[in-house]
Amino acid sequence: MPVQNPEQIFQQKIEDELKIEPKDWMPDAYRKTNLRQISQHAHSEVVGMLPEGNWITRAPSLKRKAILIAKVQDEAGHGLYLYSAAETLGQSRDEMIADLHTGKAKYSSIFNYPSLTWADMGAIGWLVDGAAIINQVMLTRTSYGPYARAMVRICKEESFHQRQGFEILLVLSQGTDEQKAMCQDAINRWWWPSLMMFGPHDSESTHSEQSMQWKIKRKSNDELRQQFVDMIAEQIKVLGMKLPDKDLKWNAEKKHYDFGKINWDEFWNVVRGNGPCNKQRLDARRKAHENGQWVREAAIAYAEKRNEKNKSKVA
Amino acid sequence: MKYALIDYTLHLADTTLILAQRNAEWCGHGPILEQDIAITNITLDLLGQSRNFYQYAASLIGHNASEDSLAYLRKEREFKNLLLVEQPNKDWGQTTLRQFLFSQFHFFLLEQLQKGNDTQLAAIAEKSIKETTYHVRWSSEWVIRLGDGTEESHQRMENAIEELWRYTDEMFTPVEYENESSVDFKELKTKWLNNVKKVFAEATLTIPENEFMQTGGKSGVHTEHLGYILSDLQYLQRTFPGATW
Repeated sequence: MPVQNPEQIFQQKIEDELKIEPKDWMPDAYRKTNLRQISQHAHSEVVGMLPEGNWITRAPSLKRKAILIAKVQDEAGHGLYLYSAAETLGQSRDEMIADLHTGKAKYSSIFNYPSLTWADMGAIGWLVDGAAIINQVMLTRTSYGPYARAMVRICKEESFHQRQGFEILLVLSQGTDEQKAMCQDAINRWWWPSLMMFGPHDSESTHSEQSMQWKIKRKSNDELRQQFVDMIAEQIKVLGMKLPDKDLKWNAEKKHYDFGKINWDEFWNVVRGNGPCNKQRLDARRKAHENGQWVREAAIAYAEKRNEKNKSKVA
Repeated sequence: MKYALIDYTLHLADTTLILAQRNAEWCGHGPILEQDIAITNITLDLLGQSRNFYQYAASLIGHNASEDSLAYLRKEREFKNLLLVEQPNKDWGQTTLRQFLFSQFHFFLLEQLQKGNDTQLAAIAEKSIKETTYHVRWSSEWVIRLGDGTEESHQRMENAIEELWRYTDEMFTPVEYENESSVDFKELKTKWLNNVKKVFAEATLTIPENEFMQTGGKSGVHTEHLGYILSDLQYLQRTFPGATW
C-alpha cells in the first residue's frame, strides 16, 4: 500500500464526502478560512441580537414579547455553539471577542441597519433570517464536522424564526392602513440589504473558489441569492405587498426571477464601517463586555477561593 | 370579595410583568453569553407567570378584558406591582440582588398559594414554583459569588443592598385587598428573612438595621421609574388604539 502524505489524505476525505474533524491534519489555509467564517458567523449571531433586542421592551402584545425574547435568546445560543465550533480550530472565545471589539473580525453587515418600527421585527425574521437559512442549509453539508453539526441544530430553530417574522408581517398586512404602510416600509428598507447578505457577485468574491473546492461552500453567492429571490418573490404575494424593485420579473425561459442591480457601493461602504449603525453596534458590544469585566473577575476570584477551601478540606 | 381577588391577582400579574420587563433590558447586553441566556430564561418564566395571572384576572373581570388590555391599557396609578421590581437594573449586582430578594419571597408566597383556597391561583402557583426554585438558586449563587468575590464586587453588592433594602418590607405589609386573602404574611417574612440571612452570611454581606421602609406600589403609588417603564411597554398599543398585532 502506498504511503499517503497528510495532504492527500485530507483531499481524499473531501472527495469522499467525509467530514474533517478537529484532530485531523488540515491545510493551514483551510483552518484559517473556517476559523474566519465560523467566528464571523458567531459574531453575527451575537451582534444580531441588538436590532431585535431593541424592540423587546416595546413589543405590542405579551405573546409577541414572549416570542421575540425567545428568538433573541436563541441567537445567543447559536452564538455559543458557533464559538465552541470555532474554538476547535485553536482560537479561544476571548480572543475572538477581542478581535470583534477591535474591528479586526467582521460580522454580517445586515445588522448595521437600524430597526425603526415594529414591522422591522417581521422583516428581519422573514428576510434576514430567510436569507440566513438558505446559506445555513447549505452549510449543514459543509466539510468541517463541528461547523456542519452546529448548523443542523441552528437550522431547526431558524425556520421557526422565519415563520414568526412572516406571521408578524401577515398580521400587519391585514391590519389598519397605518399598519399596512408600516409593513411595506419595512420591506422596502430591508429588501436590498438582505440581497447583499449573500456577498459579492461570484466574479468579485475573493474567498469563494477555494472554499468551493474544499466544500466549505457548496453553492456560489449568486446561486444562493437567486434561490432567495425566487422564494421571496412568491411569498410576498401572500402578504399583498411589493418588493422595491421595478425590474423584478418572472423569466419563463430561465425559470427564475430576474431582478435589478444591487448597489454595491452601499454594500462596501457598510462593510468599511460606514453603515447607519456600525458604530452603535460595536459600542454596544464593547460596553456590555466592559461593564461585565468586574462580574467575570469576581466569578473567577470566588471560584478560586472555593477551590482553596476544598483543597484545605481534603488535606 | 371578588374585587379583592381581582386586585390581588392583578398585583401578582403586574409584579411579575414589571420584573420581566426590567430583566429583559439585559437581553443582548449581559456580562457573558451564558448569563445573558440565563437571565433571559428568568425573564421568559416571569412573563409566562404574569400572562397566567392576567388571563385569570381577565376572566374574573369579564367585559372583554384580556391579558393585553390589562397590561397595556392601565395607567401608572392602576398598576399594583411591588416597588422593588420597578427599580433600575443599574449593574449586574443590583439586578441579581433584586431577583434574589424577590424570588426568595415569591417562592414562599407560591408555596402558600398552592395550598390556598383559590384553585386557579393554586394551579398557577404550582406551575410557577418549579421555575421559581431555579430563580432562587441562580440568584442566591450570584449574591454569594459577588458578595464574596473581589473587593469591588463586594462593594457593589453593599451599594445594591443600600439601594434596594428599603423596598423589601412592602412584600410583607398587606394592603386592603390582601386582608381577605389566606396569605400568612408573618410566616412569609420569617422564612424569607431566615434565608436571606443565610445567603448574606455566606456572601459576607450585612443586613441593614433600622432602615426606613418604603411602601405604596401595591396601592398604585409608585416610584418615578414606573411611568417610563409603561411608556415603553405600552407605546404601540397607545399609538395605534384598537389595532391587532
